[in-house]
Amino acid sequence: MRLACLTLALSLWISPATAFEPEDFLRIEGTSDRVLRILSTADLDVFIPYLEAFHRANPSLDLEYTVASSSDLHREISSGAIYDVAISSAMDLQFQLANDGLTQRYRSPMTQSLPDWATWRDVIFAFTTEPAVVLVSTEYFEGLSIPQSRQDLIEVLRDNPTRFAGSIGTYDVRDSGLGYLFATQEARATDAYWRLSEVMGRLNPTLYCCSSQMIEDVMSGKLALAYNVLGSYVAERLADQSEGRVQILRMTDFSNVILRTALIPSTAQNPNDAGAFIDALLSIALRDGADGWPLPPLNDTSPAASSAGFGPIRIGPALMVYLDPLNRRNFLAEWENAIVQQ
Amino acid sequence: MSEAQQGTGSIGRRLTLYLAIVAALLSLMSWGMVAGFARQAAEETQDNVLAAAVTAIAETLRSEQGELRLELPYSAFSMLGAISEDRVFYRVTANSALLTGYADLPVATDPNTRAGEVSFATQPYRGEDLRMATLSRRILAGNQPTLVIVTVGQTREGIAAIALDLSRQAGLLSIAFFLVAVLLSFFAARTSLRPLNEIAGAVSRRGPSDLRPLRRPAPDELAPLIAALNRFMDRLGQSIRRSEEFIVEAAHRVRTPLATVRVQADLALRNVSGEAERNRLRQMIRAIDESSRSAGQLLDHATVAFRADDLLRDHISLKILATQTATTMTPTASIKDINIDLKAEDITVAGDAVLLDTALRNILDNAIKYSPEDTTISISVEAKGDYGYITVRDQGKGLGDDPAEVLTQRFKRGRNTENIVGSGLGLTIAADVLAAHGGHLQLSNNKEGKGTCASLVLPLL
Repeated sequence: MRLACLTLALSLWISPATAFEPEDFLRIEGTSDRVLRILSTADLDVFIPYLEAFHRANPSLDLEYTVASSSDLHREISSGAIYDVAISSAMDLQFQLANDGLTQRYRSPMTQSLPDWATWRDVIFAFTTEPAVVLVSTEYFEGLSIPQSRQDLIEVLRDNPTRFAGSIGTYDVRDSGLGYLFATQEARATDAYWRLSEVMGRLNPTLYCCSSQMIEDVMSGKLALAYNVLGSYVAERLADQSEGRVQILRMTDFSNVILRTALIPSTAQNPNDAGAFIDALLSIALRDGADGWPLPPLNDTSPAASSAGFGPIRIGPALMVYLDPLNRRNFLAEWENAIVQQ
Repeated sequence: MSEAQQGTGSIGRRLTLYLAIVAALLSLMSWGMVAGFARQAAEETQDNVLAAAVTAIAETLRSEQGELRLELPYSAFSMLGAISEDRVFYRVTANSALLTGYADLPVATDPNTRAGEVSFATQPYRGEDLRMATLSRRILAGNQPTLVIVTVGQTREGIAAIALDLSRQAGLLSIAFFLVAVLLSFFAARTSLRPLNEIAGAVSRRGPSDLRPLRRPAPDELAPLIAALNRFMDRLGQSIRRSEEFIVEAAHRVRTPLATVRVQADLALRNVSGEAERNRLRQMIRAIDESSRSAGQLLDHATVAFRADDLLRDHISLKILATQTATTMTPTASIKDINIDLKAEDITVAGDAVLLDTALRNILDNAIKYSPEDTTISISVEAKGDYGYITVRDQGKGLGDDPAEVLTQRFKRGRNTENIVGSGLGLTIAADVLAAHGGHLQLSNNKEGKGTCASLVLPLL
């Protein structure tokens, strides 16, 4: 279904000159020689409906869709690789590209209609709101109540170490840009994060690069609990198909909501079609309610999202704070202390 | 009022224009000042936030086991993001070596700034103007004194946008202020010019012979104008009175000797037997009659002018008036075998009996003059609506084609009056008298058959 994740246990700032290897690639032939090159963190199976819809509307255009990890994407755009659109769920890295002036402005009636929190300086455009959720396999929780908050979770895990040992999964924040964003934002928002990390660390957790593998492992029963999964409709659909074996939880004390954002790199050679593509994404994003697209809309009004009552992470310079190498080094050191516990 | 006046424009318009220009200048000035303040305030806000951010970062500096530790505080950057959507850059150096941040960020070091004090500078960076705050701090790392310089820069685009937005709002406000000021100027100009218009109205409403001084409250600025106007009217009145007195005097002096000449001519006519001489004397008598008649009418006219100024308002029965006047005219009529027929209702008006008699006498005189011999002149006195009518109908030639207004002008005579003596003053005198009483003279051709129909129309009591 998808290629193995690239493991890049390296910080963003001290990257070796390794050649970039895409995780996945798709080309949709058009009738003219115009090409739209898209670099994205979204898996092909999630994004194909969007590409096909755009292709139907613009049949003359060649579409080249490259899947990369968020850190690869950031590195590629920073080093001047030629793409027309960059789509990523790692808001901090996207923001840094914009802040450093590696993006082009784009203005259209569609971008004007975005709410303030979903755009920044006409260079970053959010088109989904996706919450961080906890995926649990109910079989492991037999006889226990399903935790609703981090405090519940800490207690359940602490009281049942034998049951949950080795069956907890979470992001390896050293690899995953999105995992790092979730972790830093959560650490900032709630002090329960470090206590939970300590508890999980004692249970010898499995570390993942990506949401999709965590979801697979919960579905197969290998994991009891996956912490901080990107809750897209894919996860919801899988949970629905599991006949109650898998549940999606949103922590009631605090829950991150990220914005998947698109931008036009300054190297773009086809900015006009890139703008049209962004307009197409936004028109889907601003639709009313959920209706068959794999990713949630921008104004997520589903009961799960609204009951939590947490706004999405703000697009702004504060996102750069944890990208600072000193801060990153400090945070990762603390995280390793808590989770890895060699 | 303004007929064919060579105007130099309206004072009201000029006043409004000047006030509007003043308002425009003030609006422009206030807009400029508000826009300047807004810009200054926005820039000061940015400076304050930058200073707070740079201070917050410098305060996290510490030395741990001889190593310099720094943690960028989240709040420092989130407050920069809160004021505007501007790009943020930072750099921290320790003894000129980069600790973290953007290595190529220009650092403007002001030699006058001491450690611990924030200095500001604006420099271009990555294609945009960057406002930068710099703070230096000395810290001991191990035994090494280290100079740490923290710089945080933010682009000014968002700030400029905020200032522009404020300035645009101030601009709209100034335009609104200007429009209100123009409206108020217009009203102010109108209000201050109202006394002038009132005086002009009062003067123009006056009757043609009303030369009384103007007595009404007026602003100080208009007092000289009113005084000058009153002096002018006084002089004009005196001048008119003098010329009228002169006319009366002249008419008198002409009339009295004429009467003597007339008597002598009559006597001579009786005593002279030669037909040629008699004819010559008759022509003489006709000319004398004409002259004395003209002198009489001049006298009448002067009398009307005098008495109309200060009109008596006695109750007068038109029936009695018409009867008396008709009686005095009967001898003249009978010379031409003209019968005067009077039908009168008893109607009362307010007025001057002497003037009304003069008016009616002149009309009757005309009627007799233009009537052929052996005809009837009928006089009727009746009330119609709010007016009383004394109508005199003759069986003469009628008015001809001339409009009635022309006939009532001074010294104007109809075109069908050849061979008939007349001064052209009769109808003028009658019309003046009626106008002084608030009435008018109606002239028309007789509806049944030929002749003229003249009506003296007077408002009833």
